[in-house]
Amino acid sequence: MHPAFSVVFFTTATGAGYGLLALLGVLGGLGFIPADFWLGLAGMALALGLTVAGLLSSTGHLGRPERAWRAFSQWRSSWLSREGVASVATFIPATLFGVGWVFLGKSGGWVAVAGLLAAAGAVTTVCTTAMIYASLKPIAQWHSRYTLPAYLIFAAMTGSVLANALLQSFSAGSSAILELALLATLAGWVWKLATWRYNDQLEIPTTANTATGLAGGTVRSIEWPHTEENYLLKEMGFRIARKHSAKLRWITQALAFVVPIVLLILAFMAPWPLAAMASVLAAVSQFAGMLVERWLFFAEAKHTVTLYYGRA
Amino acid sequence: MTCLPAQTDKKLGLVIDLDTCVGCQACVTACKEWNTGGHMAPLTDVDPYGGHADGVWFNRVHSYEHTTELGGRTVNFPRSCLHCETPACVTVCPTGASYKRASDGIVLVDEDKCIGCKLCSWACPYGAREFDTDVGVMKKCTLCVDRIYNDHLAEEDRVPACVAACPTSARHFGDLGDPASAISQLVEERGGVALMPELGYKPTNRYLPPRARSERAAKVDAPALQPIKAEGGFLGWVDRMLSN
Repeated sequence: MHPAFSVVFFTTATGAGYGLLALLGVLGGLGFIPADFWLGLAGMALALGLTVAGLLSSTGHLGRPERAWRAFSQWRSSWLSREGVASVATFIPATLFGVGWVFLGKSGGWVAVAGLLAAAGAVTTVCTTAMIYASLKPIAQWHSRYTLPAYLIFAAMTGSVLANALLQSFSAGSSAILELALLATLAGWVWKLATWRYNDQLEIPTTANTATGLAGGTVRSIEWPHTEENYLLKEMGFRIARKHSAKLRWITQALAFVVPIVLLILAFMAPWPLAAMASVLAAVSQFAGMLVERWLFFAEAKHTVTLYYGRA
Repeated sequence: MTCLPAQTDKKLGLVIDLDTCVGCQACVTACKEWNTGGHMAPLTDVDPYGGHADGVWFNRVHSYEHTTELGGRTVNFPRSCLHCETPACVTVCPTGASYKRASDGIVLVDEDKCIGCKLCSWACPYGAREFDTDVGVMKKCTLCVDRIYNDHLAEEDRVPACVAACPTSARHFGDLGDPASAISQLVEERGGVALMPELGYKPTNRYLPPRARSERAAKVDAPALQPIKAEGGFLGWVDRMLSN
């Protein structure tokens, strides 16, 4: 599948944004993170900024962005529509929570309710994003039991690493958040390795035989219907060389998992402001790593239409 | 609505005979010619005379070499929308632009509602949908909805343009939901198959597999010169004289 940057950035940014929003909603709403104006403002600006930037970026993928409002209508059948509805609905409790927690300096009571609702909305939105991909049967690498947990784990991971960077920057770091960020990053690494392992051993029942209805033997493409690349090949026939794929997997692991883990361990031991710098660097490195991961998520996904073109 | 109708009154579709298709591309050009002025018009071409010609086509003919233990054969394979009974291209549509008609089962796109998110083309395993980069919306085969019900056309012309154009009658159009229809009978008789049935989209269109090889023709791998029985009579005399 063609890795359009607008979609790569969209899924990575909203994952991190909703992860952070969910953590702030729960921890801030229940009073585990004390209501502090500047910390709260920076946190909510970061969380909502990432989600808004991501959602705006996703409209860059559209052929007719001016009609994007129509995408809220088909939530009964379409995961993309559900994502649109969930993402916008989440802004309502998120805004209320932001007003209560940041501007009124409150936690508990209605602010806690709004925070918990915002967190629930954030988790729901991430699930709907994952299901857009997980529901597509022609792409076996996405239509697997790994996709939905991956999106949730990565949102929790990038969100908690961001939350830690935020708290450390305001010298309000807690070892609990640091531990959460570290554990989530480890979980993300394990899940990504398991997913790659699964995808590499994937045996897809759909072949050139079932695609053409020609039973038995081998079906070899000897002539395409066109001489130039068409929409299908540009959009669905994207190929990545195996050697680049292997290299990019190492880069993903280094930037998204190894470097953040090392820096987070450093943050445990180092005094402020070193701990804050390590925490911020961990978040930046992980975000860059997740952009590479998401690029690979698209580039390594194979669509059944490529079977018609002899690209197994 | 992108929810699918529980059932459709008819299941209009195509049956394509892979035995008789000669890969002449007449259906491809007839489709383009009709539809670039039809329901989903225009079928935009980008840089048509340049080095990177690209454009929207609803019907594309591939050629394959099918090799089995019986030998190899070339199979020309027209590929277009199969008007599935459970088309994921419709249910994934966030705007309601894609829909399946309850009356005849045709899958269509309302171009005025399409936002060009391309998700339907990802959801179609057959590559039936092509994005028009110029107009910014998705386009697909309409089963020539503007021909098959068109009172201005002579009755025999009320078939999809690809079917009307086929010089070998490899393309057939009709109601696959009616077991008594000629097209259903043809599928029954020839053992028509659905494409990628394992994915569960329940395509309406059927493909008739190439007929089994006959043993009547001479084997192509027979020795070039076979000893022949000596003829008697006049021809035998000619043979003997020429052999000297």
